[in-house]
Amino acid sequence: MRQVSIIGIGQTKVDEHWDKSFRDLGVDAVLAAIQDAGSPPVEALYLGNMLAGQLTGQEHTAALVADYAGYRGIEALRVEAACAAGSSAFRVGYMAVASGLIDVAVVVGVEKMTDMLGNEVTAALASAADADYEVMHGVSFVALNALLMRRYMYEHQVERAAFANFAINAHRNAMNNPNAMFHAPLSEAAFGKARMIADPVSLLDSAPICDGAAAAVICPTARAREFSAHPVHVRASAVATDSLALHDRKDLLFLQAGRLSAQKAYAQAGAGPEDMDLFELHDAFTIMSALSLEAAGFAPRGQGVRLAQEGEIFLGGRIPISTMGGLKGRGHPVGATGMYQIVELAQQLRGEAGKNQVDCRLGMAQNIGGSGGTIITHIFESAD
Amino acid sequence: MHIPRQWRTRDQRLSLMGEVCPKCGVKLFPPRDVCPECSGPAKEPFALSGRGAVYSYSTVYHAPEGYESYVPYTVALVRLEEGPMVTAQLTDVDKEQVAIGMPVEMVTRKIAEDGEDGAILYGYKFRPALEAGAAC
Repeated sequence: MRQVSIIGIGQTKVDEHWDKSFRDLGVDAVLAAIQDAGSPPVEALYLGNMLAGQLTGQEHTAALVADYAGYRGIEALRVEAACAAGSSAFRVGYMAVASGLIDVAVVVGVEKMTDMLGNEVTAALASAADADYEVMHGVSFVALNALLMRRYMYEHQVERAAFANFAINAHRNAMNNPNAMFHAPLSEAAFGKARMIADPVSLLDSAPICDGAAAAVICPTARAREFSAHPVHVRASAVATDSLALHDRKDLLFLQAGRLSAQKAYAQAGAGPEDMDLFELHDAFTIMSALSLEAAGFAPRGQGVRLAQEGEIFLGGRIPISTMGGLKGRGHPVGATGMYQIVELAQQLRGEAGKNQVDCRLGMAQNIGGSGGTIITHIFESAD
Repeated sequence: MHIPRQWRTRDQRLSLMGEVCPKCGVKLFPPRDVCPECSGPAKEPFALSGRGAVYSYSTVYHAPEGYESYVPYTVALVRLEEGPMVTAQLTDVDKEQVAIGMPVEMVTRKIAEDGEDGAILYGYKFRPALEAGAAC
């Protein structure tokens, strides 16, 4: 096993890109990352995507993006794990480079969601859940998170307002990220009166539907300095699974796959939650932020929401989250999100996060597929 | 939902047919043939009573394609008295009256229509339990 490092990053702005197709977005991010890495000899492309088949009628996307990026002929594969597709592609790229089979790989997450109408996208997103036993009953993906949030509020006796800071923090951090979808602050009052999508989940608990692509170039750490003056080292890469359906969970309010993948990652990195300087978590819904903080060991059960209430998740807090806006503020182009998290961690660890810069050496990303059926945890370390 | 899929899941949708693990006795719904508790084979059919209680719930205002005409509707996780939890819509109840712990029972209702020419999908929903003390 070889150590692996990120030597280049690239991303498109997250937005409603009416003028750009799936392949345009993917190519833009891939070429930006390769240029950032000083144009190394790329041997393989791994593409994370969830919905291209349903939303753009296009499968076979890895070969397409490789071809249009000017890399016809190289190894190119797509990896899918619902909303965890982005970091699942990174995981495959990491395994390829760590194993010695590939020296230089580019990993890209791409999603194009805005060609379709809202109810069509809602139906497509629901395919992350159990089609025969959840989706068939008219349960949207938002509704699954609402079932979690309702039970969380009941068991831990918290009001909906307790979740407000997750969304407020994300919007505040997105203000300073030119690649974020939203650049407007969010008030507690606006959060309080937001319209319900699936009660108690409101529009402002939820990440937006959008388009985007983010990419990273990786190579063995031993060669990283050939290409980059500021490589970022991969210290851990771990995947774990749970039941797809919420109703099959042993413990509804605990993300077991989050715990398992975080534990594996901490063991690989020889570190724990107390050593992390920031945490890019999967805030697709405010409830997921609370559950992710608890599963990854930053808060005891039922206390994840308190980290938000007490401001410990802010840039100056004990564990800053969503530092470039997160899924809520930067946007959540589902299959690309895992790569945005990784690219933003690399920005932070390279000291390139601008006004949102966190003083950091170690950072963690956790990407959640579905309602927790796949959870992927990565830990990165600054080379400086 | 395509007709072969409807046909395949008819016993589950219309009579809550699950399975019981012969080794550890755990009841399973939906059937999965491999016991998630002991990993042994669990292919023995077991019909669940359909009695249970609301574990969590949500009223949906923004529906997926195909369910728009039912908005607003309430979905729930129902803990069945034999142990398994199921996801289903609640019916015959005002959304304001739904509460965690509310006793409910299974009924057969229309779930969705597959366009003008497609088949109508029937399946389980849950309503407030009619018999006093009928649920856990």
